[in-house]
Amino acid sequence: MKPLARGGDFWSGLVLAALGAWIVSEAHAWDYMTDEGPGPGFFPMWYGSLMVALSLVLVARTALKPPTREAQAAMNWKEIARALTCWVAFVACVGLMNVLGFAVSFALLTWFIVAYMARRPHREAAAIAIAGSAVFYGIFSYLLDLSLPAGYLF
Amino acid sequence: MDILTGLMHGFQVATTPLSLGMCMLGVVLGTVIGVLPGLGPPATIAMLLPLTMKLDPTGAMIMLAGIYYGAKYGGSTTSILLNVPGESSSVVTCIDGYQMARKGRAGPALGMAAIASFIAGTFGVVALMLVAPALAQVSLAFSSPEYFALMVMGLAMVVLLAGDSLVKALLSMLVGLWISGIGSDLFTATSRFTFGSVQLLGGIEFILVAIGVFAVGEVLANIEPQDPPKMLPVPKGIRNLLPTWDDMKRCRFAFVNGSVVGFIIGVLPGAGATIASFISYGIEKAVSRHPEEFGKGAIEGVAAPEGSNNAETGGALVPLLTLGIPGSGTTAILLAALTLWGFKPGPLFIHDQPQLFWGLVASMYIGNVVLLILNLPLVALFAQLLRVPAYVLQPLILGVSIVGVYAADASMFQLGLLALFGLVGYAMRKLDFPTAPLVLGLVLGDPMERALRQSLMMSQGHLSILLRPIPATLLVFAALLLAVPLFRKVNAIRVQVLEREEA
Repeated sequence: MKPLARGGDFWSGLVLAALGAWIVSEAHAWDYMTDEGPGPGFFPMWYGSLMVALSLVLVARTALKPPTREAQAAMNWKEIARALTCWVAFVACVGLMNVLGFAVSFALLTWFIVAYMARRPHREAAAIAIAGSAVFYGIFSYLLDLSLPAGYLF
Repeated sequence: MDILTGLMHGFQVATTPLSLGMCMLGVVLGTVIGVLPGLGPPATIAMLLPLTMKLDPTGAMIMLAGIYYGAKYGGSTTSILLNVPGESSSVVTCIDGYQMARKGRAGPALGMAAIASFIAGTFGVVALMLVAPALAQVSLAFSSPEYFALMVMGLAMVVLLAGDSLVKALLSMLVGLWISGIGSDLFTATSRFTFGSVQLLGGIEFILVAIGVFAVGEVLANIEPQDPPKMLPVPKGIRNLLPTWDDMKRCRFAFVNGSVVGFIIGVLPGAGATIASFISYGIEKAVSRHPEEFGKGAIEGVAAPEGSNNAETGGALVPLLTLGIPGSGTTAILLAALTLWGFKPGPLFIHDQPQLFWGLVASMYIGNVVLLILNLPLVALFAQLLRVPAYVLQPLILGVSIVGVYAADASMFQLGLLALFGLVGYAMRKLDFPTAPLVLGLVLGDPMERALRQSLMMSQGHLSILLRPIPATLLVFAALLLAVPLFRKVNAIRVQVLEREEA
């Protein structure tokens, strides 16, 4: 098991148990059985209940076997922070597409990944970003005639 | 249409310039992504699927299938030269392939991987061609209860073989079922789990989740800067890539073993190419006259797993095309592709869509020949792809993901969901939750609920309808599959207690 999974199992179990409970509560509001057969609440009621039960098994199993100090020390928070930084950049890129359009937003994302995540020189990052964006526009917009996200400015 | 007529028709379809071009494009793309570690066929097919919507479905399916089996050829190159599997199914090839390369026999190892892949891949296509029409005939007798039980069994197999933790695999599958249930109810149009959003009334697109979990999640998981790989050299000249006659004689049984085991495992839902390669490697070692050479560079240790992971493709297409039941993440995406193009894989698929089925089969014969030709003289060229830095590939994957999702439904809301599912995919990797059950749950959720509700409507709510011979057998088998790890655990506890008592 990966080190993070030991502590993560407890919290992911709780989150999934909450999701399962919410599914059951929502399903409760819909017909379980109608004159014509099972209603819209039938299937969610079953898998929601199963989700709650299995999540609690996961939580209980982790609670009974607490993570060792070595495992906790081995959690690579730096790596997680890098991945989340990249994800935030991706979200920002998607958000900016409404304003800047695909080409500029994607170029900014590429530049960020190359310059900051991979720590390459800014000139190299800018070159890859501009070339990448141009190639994407050329292939998808002109050759394949696909619509790319357009913004107010571009 | 009998098999021979069907095949002739298939070759007419597969030899048109468009089909040949799509086949070439698919196998080359497949080889490229097979060589590159970290980018697999599910992510690639998911990313490219929305871009194929404007294409002829037969050509598009030929290309996507080419990516699927082409990746398995390419995966061996990375395993042999880098000791890193290019594909999960090539992990066993690392054991003896890399040892052969270290001893200066990289050429014969690469050559044998290509030859075994060709032989077993072709066997898989022959078996697909023979078995699929017969199975389709049998499954004509299936109705909703049988389909529900089949889907339960398929999910049970996937869950059982998906990861170390059965509980996590089951939870992953249940989340997939929940996502598939988002939107309007199939029978009553009741809005379910839509959070009051009009955009969620139509449900969440399978392809969006697949791209997010497989492609974006994979990029986030591999964002850590890595040292450039130390690759062993590829011998120059085709002569140095060909195995000797003695090597070929040693691998006779491995070809048969890989072909048969790969196809059979492929037909079983959930087992997949990685399991097939492990089993065929185990059999090969067990029957070998030189078991001591395994792990030290035995050429049979390359031929058997490489053969089996290629024969698995033909096997995996049998339940997909004749029952509409996928057995892995990649075949789940292929099922979604067929559904998006308006086809309904199932017992009538071969009868209703002979052009697509037989065209695909014929293209796979052609594709295997093309791959053999590509992978022998051009292997050095493909190996150079390993020098492309990850920081160039990562934005590329994210860009294709954005374009793919936007092409399917020009909506910024869908791109927001893509980012969300990318994070979910990353979290699943970090927390050791297997992704295949989520994708299978998602793709089978709707048909499974429909089959169950139709069954219970037929019986006016009585579960006894599931006790008919075929569904009952399948459901009991599924229950046994899920109980296996429990027995193993009980056995492990028993052994622990016994050991303590002895101490």
